[in-house]
Amino acid sequence: MSLFSFQIPFMPEQASKFALEVDLFYIALWLITIGVTIGIVIAIFVFMVKYKRRHNGEIPDQIEGHMMLEILWSVIPFIICIGIFAWGAKIYYQMYSEPKESLEIFVTGKQWMWRAQHPDGQREINTLHVPVGRRVKLTMTSEDVLHAYFIPAFRTKTDVVPGRYTTTWFEATKPGTYHIFCAEYCGTQHSGMIGTVTAMEPGEYQAWLGGGTNEPPAIVGERLFSSLACNTCHTADGKGRGPKLTELYGKQVKLNNGSSVTFDDTYIRESILDPAAKVVENYQVIMPSFRGQISEEQIGQVIAYLKSIGPKDGDAAAKPAATAAAKPAAAKPAPAATK
Amino acid sequence: MATEVMAQAEESRTNYLTNGHTVKSWLLTLDHKRIGLLYLFSISIFFAIGGIYAALIRLELITPQGDLMTAETYNRVFTMHGVMMIFFFLIPSIPATLGNFLLPLMLGTKDVAFPRLNLLSWYVFMVGAILMLITIMSGGVDTGWTFYPPYSSIYSNSQVTLAGVSIFITGFSSILTGLNFMVTIHTMRAPGLTWFRLPLFVWAHYATSLIQVLGTPVVAITVLALAFERTLQIGIFDPKLGGDPVLFQHMFWFYSHPAVYIMIIPSMGVISELIANMTRKKVFGYHFVAFSSLAIAVFGFLVWGHHMFTSSQSMYAGMVFSLITYAVAIPSAIKTFNWTATIFKGSVSYDTPMIYALAFIGLFTIGGMTGLFLAALGLDVHLHDTYFVVAHFHYVMVGGAIIGYLGGLHFWWPKMTGRMYPEVWGRISAAIVFLGFNLTFFPQFIVGYLGMPRRYHAYVPEYQVWHILSTAGASLLAIGFIMPVVYLAWSLKYGEKAGDNPWMAAGLEWETSSPPPTENFTYQPVINHDAYEFENVKEIKEAAAKEAALQTA
Ligand SMILES: [Cu+2]
Ligand SMILES: [Cu+2]
Repeated sequence: MSLFSFQIPFMPEQASKFALEVDLFYIALWLITIGVTIGIVIAIFVFMVKYKRRHNGEIPDQIEGHMMLEILWSVIPFIICIGIFAWGAKIYYQMYSEPKESLEIFVTGKQWMWRAQHPDGQREINTLHVPVGRRVKLTMTSEDVLHAYFIPAFRTKTDVVPGRYTTTWFEATKPGTYHIFCAEYCGTQHSGMIGTVTAMEPGEYQAWLGGGTNEPPAIVGERLFSSLACNTCHTADGKGRGPKLTELYGKQVKLNNGSSVTFDDTYIRESILDPAAKVVENYQVIMPSFRGQISEEQIGQVIAYLKSIGPKDGDAAAKPAATAAAKPAAAKPAPAATK
Repeated sequence: MATEVMAQAEESRTNYLTNGHTVKSWLLTLDHKRIGLLYLFSISIFFAIGGIYAALIRLELITPQGDLMTAETYNRVFTMHGVMMIFFFLIPSIPATLGNFLLPLMLGTKDVAFPRLNLLSWYVFMVGAILMLITIMSGGVDTGWTFYPPYSSIYSNSQVTLAGVSIFITGFSSILTGLNFMVTIHTMRAPGLTWFRLPLFVWAHYATSLIQVLGTPVVAITVLALAFERTLQIGIFDPKLGGDPVLFQHMFWFYSHPAVYIMIIPSMGVISELIANMTRKKVFGYHFVAFSSLAIAVFGFLVWGHHMFTSSQSMYAGMVFSLITYAVAIPSAIKTFNWTATIFKGSVSYDTPMIYALAFIGLFTIGGMTGLFLAALGLDVHLHDTYFVVAHFHYVMVGGAIIGYLGGLHFWWPKMTGRMYPEVWGRISAAIVFLGFNLTFFPQFIVGYLGMPRRYHAYVPEYQVWHILSTAGASLLAIGFIMPVVYLAWSLKYGEKAGDNPWMAAGLEWETSSPPPTENFTYQPVINHDAYEFENVKEIKEAAAKEAALQTA
């Protein structure tokens, strides 16, 4: 909070790139609203006073209507509305388009807590630490009911839906600690499903990341990949009973029904839980479902692993060596944190 | 002397109220006017129950901590507040009470097309309502009135199935009423009463009936599917059972957005009558006001996705829904401008119904304009599921629908009961409702933008000041709502005798006696003029003649 805490705020803190844009839009809409309301109220008051009934037998001159006025007060509001629509759609488009180059954090919602996993291995509950000046993308899912990840200071909110991934992104602009609220009603302790997001200078963020002893999700995912025996069929040489998964992430895969699908987070998740849904061309449905044996968080780790062994475009992605210990991998600098 | 004799004659004439005094004569009545009063009585009770829940919510939210009740109780309280108010008060409010009472009178006919169906719809409504009261007594529901799965279908351990069955049944009463009204308007109009001579109240009810008949079956199917998933584990909405939770939201809002119009269009119809009659002016742009009701009803079916901008529905779907939502805002704007223009050069009365009508225009303008905020994609991301939404729909539902209902109730009270309510008290309570309402809900726009999510039992301390203002306003609002209950009840016995047309209003319902006879008219009305032609009003002519005589004397 600011030094001037006695001052009554009408807006939450502006702590992301979206915040200012949304606020300007909001103020503009209030100006229109107040303008229209005051206009109507003044008209009503003037008419009330001026045309007060003077005697009981009074019948005023009748006016049927006025075509030009009807057209004006339909068309002008319509044009204003189209303007508002376009303005809103522009901001929405930015909010929900995939950001270029971002720090990806995996979030799971669960009655009644928020878990976050950073690509370098740090995990946290009901808090989120992010660097300022860098785009941060949250890939989210729920282990039970609907939730929504709401950060008022960033003006972002996205539902967290069981059975699918949703994403949201922001770029924090001001270091500080802000609220995270669950905005979609989720049961008894809904109002307790809150936390804080801490926006830090990039250097501090790096230091914070190094503070834990956690392994990066890709490493954990690799271990899961062998402990769940995925690697016995999905062999790296492509001769196994399941398709080869190296160099595949983000590419198109042909299915046995002739269509094709992108090998992405959603498809990987679906194939782990419901292998028969979309079967790769030339392969049999022999894979068992892992529903109930693997948590959403673990699925996220397997995805992180498959991503790490995916195609390398230019700059080497942080591919963990099979024997790498946690520390060196975590200490590896993240991609340049420039704006 | 002469008036005394007339009063005695009036007294001895039987009207629909004196035609049978037994309980049976009420419970088995086929008279649309009595059925309207049965509804009026029932929904007043449900409004009171919903109001008690509202009071509990406001009391809990005075402090940031959840200290008055447990989170579990609070969740049930806000859910039951929404369910009672929406399904058992707002949806039936104007159509089932004023609509039932007035439609045949305005059409110059004896009754609705299917009087037995009309009575049946009240019984179906009561069965649904009693099931909901049983639901409350066995613990209530904690899902929010929106019943989003998978919480409602799998996780909640409250009485979701029972509530679902209750809403399913209640829906049929709404369908039957809508069907009855549509057929009545089509087939029972008095000779000469063409479509464009109909009062705008009738047009509004026609549009509303259309939504009731087309929309309600969808919500019935939706709650049924939910009940199946909950009881039989059939996977429809829960992803763990192979379902899709977002599908429910599509189905639910396909009805529930148009349902907003079921609540507000009849109220708009009332406002058209009040403003015309209280200013003695034809409604400005009659055709535009009439067709705007139909436009809202039709386009209202195409905007449901605006409740789902953050739900993971596709970005482009969001844009289409946003655009159509702006299109549907235009007919509402047209009405507002036409009402304002109607007052221009009118003969404006300051009586209670007019005060309510003006309050409606002001509050509905704010309610409608803040809807533009929520339809704006990039802004709704921040506002969605916050108190801004709560404030917005209360401005529309209370500031619009309930204000219109109260205005209509005062306006037609003398027709319904034959007695006047005390005018001074009417004006005072209308002013209290207006002030209390704004104090309750305006702060919620602000606290919503600050980030306060809805359905929160406890909240962070920086929001407290806004909640205190809101609760203070709610106390005032409660007084404003209790006052009419008291003085209207008082007026039943002690109110001044109203006479047939105390407002000197134009409209067929004012040409018959107050209260009307069971058969509505002792003669067959024949219509040869438009609605709102005040030079035809006998009472105005008499008053003018009297004034002229005084002047010459
Ligand atoms: Cu939650
Ligand atoms: Cu809607």
